[in-house]
Amino acid sequence: MNFRVPVEAGHILQFRRAVGQLDAALADDAVAPPTYLMAADHFAPDYERRPQAGRPWPGPVVAPAGGGGGFHAEQVFEYHRHVRAGDVLTATVRPGRTWEKAGRRGGRLEFHETVTEYRDAAGELVVTATWVSVATERIPE
Amino acid sequence: MTAVFHVGDSWERVVVHDLTRTQIVMYAGASGDFHPLHHDEPTAVALGYPSIFAHGMLTMGLSGQLLTDVVGDEGLTRYAARMVGQVWPGDTLTTTLTVDAVRAGEVDLAVRTVNQDGAVVLLGSATARQ
Repeated sequence: MNFRVPVEAGHILQFRRAVGQLDAALADDAVAPPTYLMAADHFAPDYERRPQAGRPWPGPVVAPAGGGGGFHAEQVFEYHRHVRAGDVLTATVRPGRTWEKAGRRGGRLEFHETVTEYRDAAGELVVTATWVSVATERIPE
Repeated sequence: MTAVFHVGDSWERVVVHDLTRTQIVMYAGASGDFHPLHHDEPTAVALGYPSIFAHGMLTMGLSGQLLTDVVGDEGLTRYAARMVGQVWPGDTLTTTLTVDAVRAGEVDLAVRTVNQDGAVVLLGSATARQ
């Protein structure tokens, strides 16, 4: 899957405030904070954590406490250079590795990586982001 | 970056004090992650959670502010984190960075964020240019 990610100064400001820098100022050539590309999900078609026309909300992403669902366990960013306001990136998403592990309470844990490569208008790799989700087997009560 | 790092150098800071639901909602809006468990209290309670809780990526973002203050806005070459504990409204989070290794031109840092009870909520690592 490919999608375009325009990086705007106002969005960087909003994201900086959201991660605790409440005195951040608007800067036309702002460097994005290190986790900024999480916000690229705004531009991902069919992103399941956003209400979309014609789809029930909340969808299957919502799982009860105590297992049976999947959650975001780990995140890795590799920076070839840092994102700046004015960049127009292209995100390419592909599945990464999958592995299993025994959980502490006897259930099985399944890990899945989703790797997103962000390239700039010149085609140069800017950031590689790896999302690791873990699905927990429901533990018998 | 002109700073010279040494193994064992350490920085510590409260990255959020008494986390508000408003801050969590700001993160939902800015990041685009509108998962109901992070803002919709009746849904969270109905599913067995005591309240809504913060996005793990909000904790990684809050912790990252200390990282960029130490290594500079464009210093990082890698930042990785495991979300090991949930973060709730009212939590106060403290992040500690420690230099693990220094190589020619590069430095590795351990990232650890705990809540007001000392429970670890995030364990991470980062590499920066120096």
